[in-house]
Amino acid sequence: MVGTGLLFAGCKVPTFGEYSGATTQARSELHLWQLFFIAGLVVGGFVLLLILWAVFRYRRRSDEIPKQTQYHTLLEVSYTIVPILIVLGLFVFTVLSENKVDATPPRPAALIHVYAFQWGWEFSYPGGVKVIGQTTQDPTMVIPTGTDVQIDLKSLDVLHGFYVPEFNFSRYASPGYTTSFDFNALHTGDFRGQCTQLCGLYHSLMFFNVRAVTPAQYTTWLRTEQALVKAKPSSVPKLPSGVSGATGGTGSSTNNAGSDLYGD
Amino acid sequence: MTDVTDVTHTSDVLAPTTPDTGHEDLPDLHAPPGAGHGPEGDHAAHGHEDHGPTGILKWLTSTDHKVIGLSYMITSLILFYMAGIMALFIRLQLASPHSSLLTFGQYNELFTMHGSLMLYLFAGPFAFGGLANYVVPLQVGAPDMAFPRLNALSYWLYLTGSITMMGGFLVAGGAASFGWVAYAPLSSVQSSPGIGGDVWIMALVLTGFSAIFTGVNLVATIFYLRAPGMTMFRMPIFTWNMLVTGILILIAFPVLTSALVMLFCDRHFGTHIFTVSGCQTVTGATHFLSNGHLYPVACGSPLLWQNLFWFFGHPEVYILALPFFGIVTEVLPVFSRRPVFGYKGMVFATMAIAALSTGVWAHHMFTTGAVLLPFFSLLSLLIAVPTGIKFFNWIGTMWHGQLTFNTPMLFCIGFLLAFLMGGVTGIMLASPPIDFATHDTYFVVAHFHQVLVGTAVFAGFAGVYYWYPKMFGRMLDDTLGKWHFWLLFIGFWVTFMPQYVVGLRGMPRRVASYPSDLGWQSWNIVSTVGGFVIALSFAFLLWNFWKSWRHPIPAGDNPWDAHTLEWFTTSPPPHHNYTHLPPIRSERPTWDYNHPDAIVVPHGPHAEAVARARSKEPVG
Amino acid sequence: MKVEALFLLFLGVFFGLVGLVYWFTSYDDGGGMMLLGTSLLGFLPGLYYFFWHKRFGGKKFFYWGKEHGAGDRPSDRPDATLDEGAGEIESFPGSSIWPFVLGMGAFLTLVSLVFGIWLIFPGIALIISAAVGVTAESRRGGHV
Repeated sequence: MVGTGLLFAGCKVPTFGEYSGATTQARSELHLWQLFFIAGLVVGGFVLLLILWAVFRYRRRSDEIPKQTQYHTLLEVSYTIVPILIVLGLFVFTVLSENKVDATPPRPAALIHVYAFQWGWEFSYPGGVKVIGQTTQDPTMVIPTGTDVQIDLKSLDVLHGFYVPEFNFSRYASPGYTTSFDFNALHTGDFRGQCTQLCGLYHSLMFFNVRAVTPAQYTTWLRTEQALVKAKPSSVPKLPSGVSGATGGTGSSTNNAGSDLYGD
Repeated sequence: MTDVTDVTHTSDVLAPTTPDTGHEDLPDLHAPPGAGHGPEGDHAAHGHEDHGPTGILKWLTSTDHKVIGLSYMITSLILFYMAGIMALFIRLQLASPHSSLLTFGQYNELFTMHGSLMLYLFAGPFAFGGLANYVVPLQVGAPDMAFPRLNALSYWLYLTGSITMMGGFLVAGGAASFGWVAYAPLSSVQSSPGIGGDVWIMALVLTGFSAIFTGVNLVATIFYLRAPGMTMFRMPIFTWNMLVTGILILIAFPVLTSALVMLFCDRHFGTHIFTVSGCQTVTGATHFLSNGHLYPVACGSPLLWQNLFWFFGHPEVYILALPFFGIVTEVLPVFSRRPVFGYKGMVFATMAIAALSTGVWAHHMFTTGAVLLPFFSLLSLLIAVPTGIKFFNWIGTMWHGQLTFNTPMLFCIGFLLAFLMGGVTGIMLASPPIDFATHDTYFVVAHFHQVLVGTAVFAGFAGVYYWYPKMFGRMLDDTLGKWHFWLLFIGFWVTFMPQYVVGLRGMPRRVASYPSDLGWQSWNIVSTVGGFVIALSFAFLLWNFWKSWRHPIPAGDNPWDAHTLEWFTTSPPPHHNYTHLPPIRSERPTWDYNHPDAIVVPHGPHAEAVARARSKEPVG
Repeated sequence: MKVEALFLLFLGVFFGLVGLVYWFTSYDDGGGMMLLGTSLLGFLPGLYYFFWHKRFGGKKFFYWGKEHGAGDRPSDRPDATLDEGAGEIESFPGSSIWPFVLGMGAFLTLVSLVFGIWLIFPGIALIISAAVGVTAESRRGGHV
């Protein structure tokens, strides 16, 4: 069964509308999506053909009353058993992919605390580095490629949804508990993100970005920012330059406001 | 149980006669008017000279299930149109990326109320309060529902609840704006301070009790008031579906009502059942020090609201779907001139759907990271099996039939096609990794609109066109009905297919604006155009109602040559429903009576014995 | 009553099993309680109908044959004729103002929590008068 999954990975199967995924977890989800889509096409298409056939072939031809059969036990049993088998197969592939997507690695290369609030995001790195932005200020979370990056997600007020479409992933940020997940980015790039769980008036504007950079660039950036925090605690973090699209300098408020922004 | 005989209306309802030997000798069910009184002397003295209340008082005091059912249907259709207009505003707002048609606050109110009206006030009440109330007693051969006054109370609670809900628009701060699911802590008094939220809560408490009482009535009527010979396995599938719906109502609605009471307490009585504000710092402190002792911080759990709500919420969508499945199972056999294929399979599939649906609530919570993914995923995927059985049985009903495509049948075909795709996308969403990628995007919006519009609208209006002649004694115009269907069908696909596309590209739901540089606008415009086509289709329905009122085409007792018991009586049925009943020897008593040579082909291990017995028995 | 009993007992058993599986795999209080409640919702009336059937139906519960007990109701026997159902079925109260009064009372009571607690007085008054009215109506015999 795993082999079939790998087979899918090898073939050039269309993405059927989804993003091809910029993390290993996203790729795993994409393959599952392709499997479900094809299975849906096959099963749905088969049933559609049956319906259309019945509708066209059995139009009323005469006043004769057709044969009033009501049962066919063998047929009924088979269209009970076969769907059960299909569903069990889909479940097995689901669990395989789910274990990959949901796993949190024992020793991540980076650990970022993400705090969602009405109506923006705070990304908190070791050493007191924080990137904060509200609504269209579009804060950017910097992550290294090719390694496990663990996110610890929490909300400071109401439920929010941390969603990165090109990672094929979302998770609720909830007050009261922290939830963890990881990304393993496959290549560098800028990926947009947005809040998906209704959180009040400016829910539509709660944007953020994820920027994946090479591990070397990430380390350089983080060290620079940590040094800045030590030297000038109220400095604003800059984006690493030299990355395509980088203009430097997002982050919108003082460095150590962070969780003090909304009391508590 | 001693003093109840004095209000019996049916003491002579089944006058003893010779066993029926032919059509002419059916027992007369109603003693002439004036009889039917109990032994109480002073009641007999009134006789039937006074014809009871008239005018508005007649409506206010009616306990007749037909009057109550019609009241429900008319009220819910009015709310359907109102919610539809809200949807048009939503679609207009989304036709451009940064529209200034509505403020963000107004937009949030509109989608909250659109969802609340459609789900709580239209789809459910129309099905179990309206159609089921009207049709189920007729289908089982009963004079009324088991508890007529409770039935009437259900309607008044529903009406006042609906008025309360709409009243939200008129209060200071506007209507509730936290979504039809009212997730905590957004629904807390800190995040949603206006009384619009409280109005919403009270409206749902009222309609929740209304639904619970209707559920009790349905189960009691079906268990206790079936006519002689109408065994459980001879009931029409619509009635079976309403029985299962009634049980689901009893399982689900009390949980919602309790959760709403808890939410109200959180909002106004200082409790922290669902809210955590002020009780946990970012550092995660769970205890505080006081007088040298460590006390736990009194925190609520937003997750608890979600669990409670969805334990109601998922059975709720099956409460909404099952009656409409039942309608399809009534209409398809009639217009195929065949019996329901796989009757017992249908019954067991319905029970399986209901049972499974109560165990899958947390598939709405996959993205919390706090639920048992494999359990809920497996059960959700398994629901596809009984649903598939129903689909194959519907197709089997049409197979080798003689299909005619009157309006009710067209709407059923529309349902089959819409629900097929909606069901397939539901299977996709049942898989957590896929759900992580699509949750709270327009993919989900498109999925649930496909299944809900497929059932409540396509199958629901199939029921309207099918039973309208029985209720009013006149036909609806078939040509106007076809215009309604085709415009709705085209508009439906045009509206919702683009939503799948933008959902997969990342457009979240419940947003009043979206970025203009992502290419989403053209899809949204197409979707908006589709929405207006749907609206136009419903203008044809209104025209049709008006036309049938001004220029009636009389319908007989059984214009469709239909199968089930309600088509045996007059259109509309008389007071207490039946003056004559045919013998009930299968789930199609009217068909057997009209076509004694075309009864169901006997099957199974007792087929021969049944066939022999049938040939001897003089079926009327 | 056999089918009704089986139907409800099936619900009781199914949700009992599902509840056990869910509890031991998740230890989630909320879901566990709700599944337990649902299981009881099946068992309580189901057991009642089971004993009802045994007392009146007579035949063994798990007997699949076509014979039916002498005590089976006419609506449970496939060969029942209409005259067997003759006689009083139930009381079907005709027109009654009390459901409307009770509905208005409930409405006023609930919205009093939102719009002003003084509304609870007319609300409770209507509820009490409806309770009295319904009882009196049942004893006296309502309008046909």
